[in-house]
Amino acid sequence: MKDKSNADNLPKPEEAVASEPGHPEYIFPLVLTSVSQELFSCRADEDVTAENPHKLLKKQDIIQDLRHRAAVCDFSPVKQAVLDYPEDELLLVFDRDFTYGQSFYLVLTVQAKESILKPPAEGADEQMEDEEQQEEEEEMMMKTPEPQPWVSLGSEQEIQDQSLSESRPRLRYSVCPLGRRSGTRVRFSDRNALDWKEELVECSSYEDKSFSITRMERDSSTQTCRDNTHTCTQTLWKKPKNMWSQYEPREFSSEEKQHQLQSENLKNFITSVARRFEIYLQQNLIADVFCDDWTALCEDDASLMGKTETQLKEYQSFMDLHFSKEKTISHVQWHPSISGVIVVSMMERLSLEERIDSSTKLLLNPSHILFWSFSDPINPQLQLECPDDVLCFQFSPSDHNIIAGGCMNGQVVLWDISAHVDRLQDTRSGGKNILNKLGKSDATPVVRYCAVSGIENGHKAPITDIQWLPETFEVNKLGTPVENQSRTSVQLVTCAPDCCVLFWDLRAPRVMVHSLTDIKQKQEEKPLENPHGVPNTFTHLNLTWKPFIRVSLPKISSSGEYSPLKFSMRENTVDYNTGDKSVSGADSHVFAQLRMQSAKQQKPLQNISTKLYIATEDGELVYTDWKVEKDNDSGRMLSAKPLDVFLLQDTLLHTVSRSPFFRDIILTVGRFSFSIWREGLTCGPLLMSVYSKSMFSAGHWSRSRPAVLFMGREDGDVEVWDLLQNSRQPSHTQNISTAAISSIRTQTSSAKQNLLAVSDRLGTLHILQIPGSLRRSSSSERQNVEKYFEKEEERLQYFEKRQSDHQKKKKETEAEQQKKKTELVTPPKQEEEVDAETLKEYQQFLTLEKLILKDMNIQNETQQTCNTINTP
Amino acid sequence: MKEYCAATRTHGGRSTPDLSDMAEVEDTLKRIQAQHGVIGTIVVNGEGIPIRTTLDNSTSVQYAGLLHQLTMKARSAVRDIDPQNELTFLRIRSKKHEIMVAPDKEYLLIAIQNPSE
Repeated sequence: MKDKSNADNLPKPEEAVASEPGHPEYIFPLVLTSVSQELFSCRADEDVTAENPHKLLKKQDIIQDLRHRAAVCDFSPVKQAVLDYPEDELLLVFDRDFTYGQSFYLVLTVQAKESILKPPAEGADEQMEDEEQQEEEEEMMMKTPEPQPWVSLGSEQEIQDQSLSESRPRLRYSVCPLGRRSGTRVRFSDRNALDWKEELVECSSYEDKSFSITRMERDSSTQTCRDNTHTCTQTLWKKPKNMWSQYEPREFSSEEKQHQLQSENLKNFITSVARRFEIYLQQNLIADVFCDDWTALCEDDASLMGKTETQLKEYQSFMDLHFSKEKTISHVQWHPSISGVIVVSMMERLSLEERIDSSTKLLLNPSHILFWSFSDPINPQLQLECPDDVLCFQFSPSDHNIIAGGCMNGQVVLWDISAHVDRLQDTRSGGKNILNKLGKSDATPVVRYCAVSGIENGHKAPITDIQWLPETFEVNKLGTPVENQSRTSVQLVTCAPDCCVLFWDLRAPRVMVHSLTDIKQKQEEKPLENPHGVPNTFTHLNLTWKPFIRVSLPKISSSGEYSPLKFSMRENTVDYNTGDKSVSGADSHVFAQLRMQSAKQQKPLQNISTKLYIATEDGELVYTDWKVEKDNDSGRMLSAKPLDVFLLQDTLLHTVSRSPFFRDIILTVGRFSFSIWREGLTCGPLLMSVYSKSMFSAGHWSRSRPAVLFMGREDGDVEVWDLLQNSRQPSHTQNISTAAISSIRTQTSSAKQNLLAVSDRLGTLHILQIPGSLRRSSSSERQNVEKYFEKEEERLQYFEKRQSDHQKKKKETEAEQQKKKTELVTPPKQEEEVDAETLKEYQQFLTLEKLILKDMNIQNETQQTCNTINTP
Repeated sequence: MKEYCAATRTHGGRSTPDLSDMAEVEDTLKRIQAQHGVIGTIVVNGEGIPIRTTLDNSTSVQYAGLLHQLTMKARSAVRDIDPQNELTFLRIRSKKHEIMVAPDKEYLLIAIQNPSE
């Protein structure tokens, strides 16, 4: 059994070779040289053949051979195995096929020898026995298989091949320097590596590219999570409370109401309560219980305040050393939106002769408009360069970055300061922050003008007044006001002593010759550099700007014209629908894109007054209409004669301004007096001040109190006139500077309105604080002022009426006198004629008497006697 | 007019609603409404529901609800201070108007007046 199993278990040599590269242990492949083959008589293909490969060798022979030849012997590798072999004979097999790698192999174990020798014999038996074995095995299945000792089948070799084992013993090195073996004590000391860099050799790590591995693949994983999660939290559960909500109030239906109304209880209630109600309701009407008499009282008391309250305190003064020397301030304006910024135009303080003499010097030193801010009293914030001295300027009411100014040579100048607005606003807010200021550059930026009108087209005299038309309307070529599509101020009005008032438009004219060459030229011109950094808002106007209306002022009675110095327009409001936005809303500030409207598109507006009040050089106040008419004969535009002229003084009128509270009240200030007019009233001024010794040089309405005026004088005084208090003398006078006051302005941008800007001829700008009494107006002040003006108007009308009545009467008396005179001129009649007449009359009387007596039947005798007596 | 109504009552309990009573109520209310400066009057029942009003529905409902609560509070305040005292009239003066409330056991009469010109 064992043999069979062994025989079964024992793989055939061929199988072993096919499955495993190695050879079983009991087989040892041998190379036998021909010498050893002869010795052992196992010559290949002679003694041992393929059919008969087996050869039994005596152990003693092998051992003898080994002794003889030692290392040379072929059996030397198996020397030990041969010595251990228990039997005497070893099997040598001729391996013709080189199954084990060599031509011979030696079988080392007895068992193997026997099995190799015997298998052919047993081969036939095995097949028969297999069948038997199978039958027996079936019977054997019931027995649990017993554990068999493990038989090596060659897998150990594989394991050994794959496992790691040391191929050689480890090498051990001991390194020591020569000479140190003496064993002297070694002394170690510290040394700072940074100090001894020269003696250091560093091997720092570096990124060796040969070792960089790029990860081409990486294991990653994703996990999905659900959109909805179910979570819960613990809430603070307080004591439960009943809650309800009501959507509609409870109401009674009309039947229920009726029912209720008819209940007796209700009736009793109402009757009992009604009396009380009536008492209280009437109580309220009798007296206002909650009226505060104290506060109502103090408003009227404002005029009785002491003198110290009316003092104008100096807040700040601006004087620039560079620019204000030898110069005077011609015009002052507060910035309309940024509070604390005031704009001043400087002008040379020279007479005409001096100007002509030093004209070359003047050309080299251009004049400036300075922007002052309260945060920096020494340096102006911004400078605007002007082509010539600017006499007046104005901010555009719709865009506070555009400034228009009128020059000494008659040109109109435009500036655009949009680039520098931030700087102006910064100074206001960051004035306290010194660090910010240090960061900014100290040099004041200079802004050059954007556009200048053509010299030949403008005024021939210095422009003394310039004003913007409000954004609500614009004016067409004939002067009629039309609707302004763009809702921005696009038109200017200027006047100068060359006897005309000009209207200017900021937009490009409609008629433009669009030829190919022109367009090409324009395209070529575009890359032209802008050396001064001027914004190109108005480049379409530069040097070619022309006014579109020219209003001349012919004199009413005589030939010649009036020469205006200042003018004043009525403030016109226009109602537009709020949904009526302009067509080009976004581009409204790009003036180059705007075009003047064609006549068809323009919608004329009613209710706009086109009349102007003009103050002239000769002291006249001219009231005229700016509309021009086309003269049929000559085809030119002619303006109508003025409606009214008032001759006030012989010297010039230098200020015309409207009251901010009343649209039709106008203040005119001349040299020696000022007067207040009402528009439309032609008889005379409502108020004319007394002629004063010192001359007035500036005048301005107060913006917070309707009755207050500020006047500036030639000797540097500022006077506060309160019309309700005293219209003959100023209520307060204060000396501000030594030179004449050139202009006074109140602040319009801040709500407090407590600052007054006063400029003088020396070039200094003083900012004064208006005291509270002059700021606060009582509630009834406006009404009082209106009443006052009405009274004055009545007075004027009364006087006029009286005048006219007087005139009439005079005429009548004259006529009567004339009549009387003509009556007395008839010659005296002669006496005789008189006697004849009296006789006639007597005769008539007698006849009459006779008739009467006859009627009364009186005796004839008496008649006769009477008759005889009467005849002489 | 009161005496006349009393006389009619003595003749027996009336089963039909007396129109003269209603007329009287109407009359009184009209008189109050006609006072100078009165904007509106509201009669409210014990639960705060308006019975009769001269204002529009939403306004009267709002006034009734708010003033009813306020009257309750005022009444309880007066009672707390002195249990023998009771609230007779409530006037609320504001910047624009004066609201007058006359309370009762079951009803409330509210009037809104604009006192000054």
